Amino acid sequence: MDKTWNNRAWFLVLPVLVLVAFSAVIPLMTVVNYAFQDTFGNNQFFWYGTDWFKEMLTSDRFHDALVRNLLFSAIILAIEVPLGILVALSMPKKGVWVSVCLVLMALPLLIPWNVVGTIWQVFGRTDIGLLGYTLDAMGIDYNYVANPVDAWATVILMDVWHWTSLVVLLCYAGLVSIPDAYYQAAKIDGASRWAVFRYIQLPKMGRVLLIAVLLRFMDSFMIYTEPFVVTGGGPGNSTTFLSIDLVKLAIGQFNLGEAAAMSLIYFLIILALSWVFYTVMTNVGADRPVKEAAR
Amino acid sequence: MIDLTWMAWTWPTAIFFVAIVLMLVGMGVWEWAVPGGTPRVGILNFETTRGDRLFVSLLGSAFICLGWLWGTELPLWYALIPCAAFFILVFRLV
Repeated sequence: MDKTWNNRAWFLVLPVLVLVAFSAVIPLMTVVNYAFQDTFGNNQFFWYGTDWFKEMLTSDRFHDALVRNLLFSAIILAIEVPLGILVALSMPKKGVWVSVCLVLMALPLLIPWNVVGTIWQVFGRTDIGLLGYTLDAMGIDYNYVANPVDAWATVILMDVWHWTSLVVLLCYAGLVSIPDAYYQAAKIDGASRWAVFRYIQLPKMGRVLLIAVLLRFMDSFMIYTEPFVVTGGGPGNSTTFLSIDLVKLAIGQFNLGEAAAMSLIYFLIILALSWVFYTVMTNVGADRPVKEAAR
Repeated sequence: MIDLTWMAWTWPTAIFFVAIVLMLVGMGVWEWAVPGGTPRVGILNFETTRGDRLFVSLLGSAFICLGWLWGTELPLWYALIPCAAFFILVFRLV
C-alpha cells in the first residue's frame, strides 16, 4: 500500500523549532558573529576577519588541549568498556541480588558532576582524604595538586568510578535479553566459557556496546565540571581539556573572538564525530534494502 | 524595534546565515516537489537521503575552509571552489 505523504505534518514540529531557536540557534549565530570580530567591552565590536580561526588552528595551546582530550577519551574508553563488560558478566541474572547490584551500579550515576568532583578532591587529599592519606602512609609520593601524572590518574580514576556503571547497565541489559536457548545450544556443543562470550554474548551486546561507546566518548570529549573542580586544569595545564581551556579563554581572559572561534572548531569536531558514531550505530549490521522514494 | 546589537551582526555573517536558510528552504521546496528524500546507497555503502547529503556537504565544506585557513595564505573565497566540488561529489556519489 502506498504511503500517504503530507508535509503539513511538519508544522507540528514548529514549537520545538522555536524552542531550539532560542536555546541553541540564536546563541550559535551569536558565537559565529563573535568569531569574526574583536571586542574591548562595552558591546563594541571590530571586524577581525578569519584571523581568530588562523590563530586557533596554529595555536599550540589548542593543539595540546585537543590531544589531551583525545588521550583522555581513549584512556577512559579503554578502561571503562572492558571493565563494564566484565562487571556485567559477573552480575547475577536472577534472584534478590539482581536489584541490589542494579541499585549499587546506579548510585554513582545519580551524583551530580560537581559533587563527584568535590568528593574526589577531598578523597585525594593527603591530609584528610582516604585515598591520599592511605597512599601517603604506604610511602607513595602522591600529590594530585603538584604532580601531573597523579592529577591524570585521579581524574581518570574519578571518571571510571563515575561512569563505568553506565557501561555495566547497558551491557547487562544486552546480556539479559539473550534467550536461554543460545546457552543451551552452546552447552550441547560443549562450548568453552570464552566461546560463549565470543560467539554469543559479545555479538548480542554489540548494539548496546556501541551506544555505550558513543555516550562515553561524547561525554568524555566534552568533560568540564569534574576535572575543573578537582584540578582546575592543573598542575600547569596538564589536565586542561578543551572545555576548560575554552572557559579560561572566554571568561578568564574575556577574549570573546578567540573563544568563539575555538567554540566553533570544537563544535565542528563534535558534530563530525557524532555523525560518524550515529552513522555507524544505525548502519552496522543493518541489512535493509533501500526504500523506494514515494512519488 | 528589537535591539540586536548584543548579537554583533555583520554583513558577511548575515549573508552566510541567509545562504544556509535559503538552502534549507530550497531543500523544503525540493521535498515538496519530489517527496521521500530520494534515499540511495552510494560509495559509503549506506543509505543516505538528500538531507543527509546536504549535511555531509556542509560539514565537509566547513572542514575544507578550516583546512584552507590552516594550510594556505590565499583568501578564503578561493575555498569556495573545492567546497563546490565537494558538494557536487557528495550529491552525485554518496
